[in-house]
Amino acid sequence: MTSEELLQIAEASTAEHEQFDFQLNVCMGTGCMSQHSDKVKAALTEEVAKSGKHCHVRQTGCMGLCAAGPLVLVEPTETRYGNVHEADAKELVDSLGGKPLERLETHLDKYFQGQQHIVLENSGHIDPEKIDEYIGRDGYQALMTALTQMDPQTVIEQISKSGLRGRGGGGYPTGLKWGMVAKAGKGQKYVICNGDEGDPGAFMDRSVLESDPQRVIEGMAIAAYAVGASKGYVYVRAEYPLAISRLTASLREARRRGFLGSNICGTTFAFDIEIRLGAGAFVCGEETALIASIEGQRGQPRPRPPYPAVSGLWGCPTLINNVETFANIAPILRNGPQWYSSIGTERSKGTKVFALTGKIANTGLVEIPMGMTLREIIFEIGGGIPNGHTFKAVQTGGPSGGCLPEEHLDLSVSYDALISAGSMMGSGGMIVMDDTSCMVNVARFFMEFCMTESCGKCVPCRAGTAQMFDLLTKICDGEATHADLDLLIDLCDVVKNTSLCGLGMTAPNPVLSTLRYFKHEYLEHIDNKYCRAGVCACAGKAPAKEEVTA
Amino acid sequence: MSPAVDVKTLVIDGIDVSARADQTVLEVARENNIFIPTLCHLDGLSDVGACRLCLVEVKNSPKLFPACVLKVEEGMEVTTKSDRLLHYRQTILELLFAERNHVCSVCVTNNHCELQATAQSQGLTHVRLPYRSPRLGVDASNERFVADQNRCILCTRCVRVCDEIEGAHVWDVMGRGIDSMVITDLMQPWGESSCTRCGKCVNVCPTGALFDKTKVGSDHPKYPDFVPYLNMMREGR
Ligand SMILES: Cc1cc2nc3c(=O)[nH]c(=O)nc-3n(C[C@H](O)[C@H](O)[C@H](O)COP(=O)(O)O)c2cc1C
Ligand code: FES
Repeated sequence: MTSEELLQIAEASTAEHEQFDFQLNVCMGTGCMSQHSDKVKAALTEEVAKSGKHCHVRQTGCMGLCAAGPLVLVEPTETRYGNVHEADAKELVDSLGGKPLERLETHLDKYFQGQQHIVLENSGHIDPEKIDEYIGRDGYQALMTALTQMDPQTVIEQISKSGLRGRGGGGYPTGLKWGMVAKAGKGQKYVICNGDEGDPGAFMDRSVLESDPQRVIEGMAIAAYAVGASKGYVYVRAEYPLAISRLTASLREARRRGFLGSNICGTTFAFDIEIRLGAGAFVCGEETALIASIEGQRGQPRPRPPYPAVSGLWGCPTLINNVETFANIAPILRNGPQWYSSIGTERSKGTKVFALTGKIANTGLVEIPMGMTLREIIFEIGGGIPNGHTFKAVQTGGPSGGCLPEEHLDLSVSYDALISAGSMMGSGGMIVMDDTSCMVNVARFFMEFCMTESCGKCVPCRAGTAQMFDLLTKICDGEATHADLDLLIDLCDVVKNTSLCGLGMTAPNPVLSTLRYFKHEYLEHIDNKYCRAGVCACAGKAPAKEEVTA
Repeated sequence: MSPAVDVKTLVIDGIDVSARADQTVLEVARENNIFIPTLCHLDGLSDVGACRLCLVEVKNSPKLFPACVLKVEEGMEVTTKSDRLLHYRQTILELLFAERNHVCSVCVTNNHCELQATAQSQGLTHVRLPYRSPRLGVDASNERFVADQNRCILCTRCVRVCDEIEGAHVWDVMGRGIDSMVITDLMQPWGESSCTRCGKCVNVCPTGALFDKTKVGSDHPKYPDFVPYLNMMREGR
């Protein structure tokens, strides 16, 4: 493959689509598929054939607004239809070329306009199983340029300059990590893509793998070139069958086009990728546990150092990055690090994909520039709280994160701002809660998650989360005393500071953040056996006004 | 000329000590008679850093480090005793006592138990946490030994000695979190498992979870010191 050949494929792919007057993009992500978008696609194909219109119906990945599925996007008019069903197919096809079908239009301009798509730039626009469509949208240009015009050190410098930080939760500077692996000798090295995504409510990585798998493969190949690795693994949880089948097909396509294998892009660079399936354990997202799992061992973490960059898979230097981190690589090299670092805040560059869920009008995926406020995300893009309820808290960072109350709505989203407010970026779950959520019960939910997902290796996480869960249950049931609350606070400190891995170290966060902002709810459960959200089974009455302020 | 040995100097609890570059803080501390409590560590077995009792403070780091896997560094300043560390160690021990059913009065290793001794060394006088009192079984199917899950603290010494020293890998851990359990083979009864009856696991078990049937009362001292000796002999030193 030469750059001329790459250009030819791109042009051929564009020409193939331009011969049609219309493109009907039908979302075939997991969300829309569960609403039978495959049937919608079949019906549309049939109607197009009947109508004789020059129109192409194709499957695409997730368009983001999963709550309004099945979604159909008409190109080039960019008309978006939601809740499309088989029965609507004829009317929809008939309307092509005329006035848009008002009845099915999503009317969610605010949802789409507030976003900035880099990671999701192709999602909903290409058929994820067709590599040529990816190439048609500048795919593999970055790999070609890196291999033919840059030395590995230059690639790493570009990534460092872009300011990209890991999207798996920790926010470790990606360029710095690549540099460490690159410097770790000349022997066998590995690149691992972390697609375990175990946070409750998060589905960004699944969506990227389903919608645009080539972008992740390209990012991994560039990383492998930069650090000197010849072998890569994508670790995906087995609960993501669609992502796995699209990724499998895409790896085959990438090999066919010569972007994987030996002599990639006509150079001496050789690299290939295998898929490894996880069995759905949250802790296997932790890098050392993930590596143990790939090695065929019990998926449990080991103490670091040594970090995987020094001693990872089978003891070899290993680069491990998140799906979304890899998805950012190609655009950074294509458009330059300055372009990327011009987006976002001082210390958090670029965009972040969030999975908006919970009590919010527009459930789905959003990609926003760093620095946007929570208020903009929730009330403008997300459309606010439905059914006349009021906002109470937003949970970010999954079980490691925290709940932020209304007074923090104007916080602009960045790694550091979220941590100083007592939460964290995490991998991108964002759960919105309204007045029907009890914050003690929310803390209990996350503690239960950590307790059942703890691997059981270290004592504080194994036994500590179980004790904290019992104490939270006692509070919810209206049976706890102030001594129990003190004990809970003490255990938070112990588990946070003595656990072996990030799971235990962050497990107390949901408790600590709800205690920081919603302590009155804990006290109401203890003093008055009262749950203001009416969620818990405690029988008490609302406290008199002056008690609440105490 | 003798080969160059990489020597580091560091400070542990205010005492200047020297170490080989490949040593851990725990090893060096013990060589210098500085006591750090441990349960999962055993000389001669690989370290897993699981019990968290050996956590120490390192100057200029907010994080605590398990001494059993912490490699020495030049100029490092380590603190092994502080009010904070004592509180953490006591709480971890409380978590262990409350996790299963540790009843010293009916235990064959009473007075020979590492959990008991460690709790005493850390000045633990009572347990603040509610006892979880799980219903757990006793496996007496082996003609020579008994496994009492009630007394197991999941240190995984049995798993490691069986794998690394005996080479049989009969023991492993099943389940996760609070439901974790050491098992023989794929949860076959111990007596029907591929166990070689070597008894190494019994001797390295820090509590009365694994014990010899011939022992009665509280007459069951354990002799885990054979492991480094075996290693030494095998290396032909
Ligand atoms: C309990 C736990 C779960 C984790 N789960 C994930 C995950 O699902 N996906 C992920 O990318 N990183 C996860 N991480 C973070 C990884 O350990 C690792 O830091 C990350 O994959 C590095 O990639 P990045 O630098 O691109 O963020 C988890 C960490 C912990 C402690
Ligand atoms: S002895 Fe170090 S963690 Fe157990």
